[in-house]
Amino acid sequence: MLYREAGQFKSTYAEDQQIFPIRQDRVAVALLLAVAFVAVPLFANQYWLSAILIPFLIFSLAALGLNILTGYAGQLSLGTAAFMAVGAFMAYNFVLRMPWLGVIPSFILAGLCAAGVGIVFGLPSLRIKGFYLAVATLACQFFVLWAIQRWGWITNNSPSGVIAAQKVEILGYVFDTPQRKYLLTLSIVAVLALLAKNLMRSETGRAFMAVRDMDVAASVIGIPMMKTKLLAFAISSFYCGVAGALYAYTYLGTVEPEAFTLDLSFRILFMIIIGGVGSILGSFLGAGFIILLPIFLSILFGALSHATGMQIPHSVISNLELIIFGGLIIFFLIVEPHGLARQWQIAKEKLRLWPFPH
Amino acid sequence: MYSLVALGFVLIYKASGVFNFAQGAMVFFAALTFVSLVERGVNFWLALLITLAVMVVLGMAIEKVVLRPLVNQPPITLFMATIGLTFVLEGLSQLAWGSQPHGLDLGIKDVPMEWLAQSTGMFISQFDLFASGIAAVLVASLALFFQYTRIGRALRAVADDHQAAQAVGIPLKNIWAIVWAVAGFVALVAGLMWGARNGVQYALTFIALKALPVLILGGFDSVLGAIVGGLIIGASEKLAEVYIGPMVGGGIESWFAYVIALLFLLVRPQGLFGEKIIDRV
Repeated sequence: MLYREAGQFKSTYAEDQQIFPIRQDRVAVALLLAVAFVAVPLFANQYWLSAILIPFLIFSLAALGLNILTGYAGQLSLGTAAFMAVGAFMAYNFVLRMPWLGVIPSFILAGLCAAGVGIVFGLPSLRIKGFYLAVATLACQFFVLWAIQRWGWITNNSPSGVIAAQKVEILGYVFDTPQRKYLLTLSIVAVLALLAKNLMRSETGRAFMAVRDMDVAASVIGIPMMKTKLLAFAISSFYCGVAGALYAYTYLGTVEPEAFTLDLSFRILFMIIIGGVGSILGSFLGAGFIILLPIFLSILFGALSHATGMQIPHSVISNLELIIFGGLIIFFLIVEPHGLARQWQIAKEKLRLWPFPH
Repeated sequence: MYSLVALGFVLIYKASGVFNFAQGAMVFFAALTFVSLVERGVNFWLALLITLAVMVVLGMAIEKVVLRPLVNQPPITLFMATIGLTFVLEGLSQLAWGSQPHGLDLGIKDVPMEWLAQSTGMFISQFDLFASGIAAVLVASLALFFQYTRIGRALRAVADDHQAAQAVGIPLKNIWAIVWAVAGFVALVAGLMWGARNGVQYALTFIALKALPVLILGGFDSVLGAIVGGLIIGASEKLAEVYIGPMVGGGIESWFAYVIALLFLLVRPQGLFGEKIIDRV
């Protein structure tokens, strides 16, 4: 009843081509953004903001980046964390060495540096794909972390490798409280997500999908293979780079190589698999799921030990969490291999017909 | 040593087209189970048998619970499922046996053999020789198994073409269960070897990652390739650390193998002994 597009006529091309063609969707997105921008900073407490919402947004952005590469362009990558590391460390260097630049341009430049690294490590994708490409990006993962630890210039010769991130300051306005950091992250993520959504509807996005679905056919109909693939790597790495910079600056507060291990790459890969490969919305859903699951599990175990009065040792809990995490991932893959975004799609279809199914 | 791990990968990839990321976790699980049993006073051979049984059952259970419902999904989904499996196995093994590192003594000393050192001037550890001997025996028996037994033939048929194999009456499900059981067995052997060398600890799971370049080099579907690739990677890694390492500040061991594999891919994407048919762009 509520969710039906009957009676919404399109009389101009612009209306026909808008991102959310159904009015209810537009209202929902506007409401969501309003809640995220206004209500959340007002009412959420410190813990929610800095431990859940900010990482959620950052991981969503990283997952979005990987989704562009893996979900849309079909190039499997295990080097996400490396691109994030490049972004974080280059942002640090830009802020450190060119303080007149400002934070946002530094982040953008850092993202561009990550894009450059992405192009270099995307070169093998011109010849190989699938698992072979995954190994190539794995090389990127290890190489980048090694380079960061070896070359003193990158870490500004910090002996421990753990650097405190500088203050984030835009036009004299310091982003120091969780609320402000949250708003900064949210703005960047919202802008980039909008860009991604539009990009994937454009000629570039369609070229990506053509390459993903069948590369030979794509090149036959005149899609330049090299340009498209490298562009996918560049854009994806840019997103990951910005996400990495945000990760270091608004979430961790430190810039350190240990934050960008292979585990992080896998977590982001999980996010897009569980959220939905080839879907912008899926990146957000997956990130939310992966972030909330461990928190939910630890709350559950806390309640459980409270209720039964048993004192479960910490190591047991952490191992149980590991088991349940892995088990749930397998479960999700079996039950819904197309991810949460697909469920959302099905729900929308159902909602259109509701309450009269015929 | 890398070859042993890579072998487990090759087996499963060959038969079911699944890249089993959980092989490293299986190695860890096997080694940890064995060590814990021995430490609890179980006889060596009895422990070996029990662990073997556990691994076989585990392999079959994995096939049944995880992979059968995922038949016909894209490889990436299967790959992700095995990563999930890795988490489960790591948690399970540490939950069951604790997470502290264990030493493992197989009764073979890791010292250079005197007579060999005296006669030829080479220092080869008795243990290394033993390990390579085990690897050789394992490979030979697997090759024979694949080549000459009924099950082996069925395995190869399944690897070639699932549907055709099913059409001529090969029970696909049993075959996959067998493959996973064998992979569990290989994991056990690899776990014992690595465990005896470096101690049984969490880091064992990372050798799975080291096996990747080995596979690339040797080809994903070749048993021989796994062996040769293991040798090349193992040797070049150490040599590079010694000769090139000092020039760039050391520590290159962690990624050098990947770079070799990468360069190799550019020249010969199917690996040394892999089948010619490959997704090339």
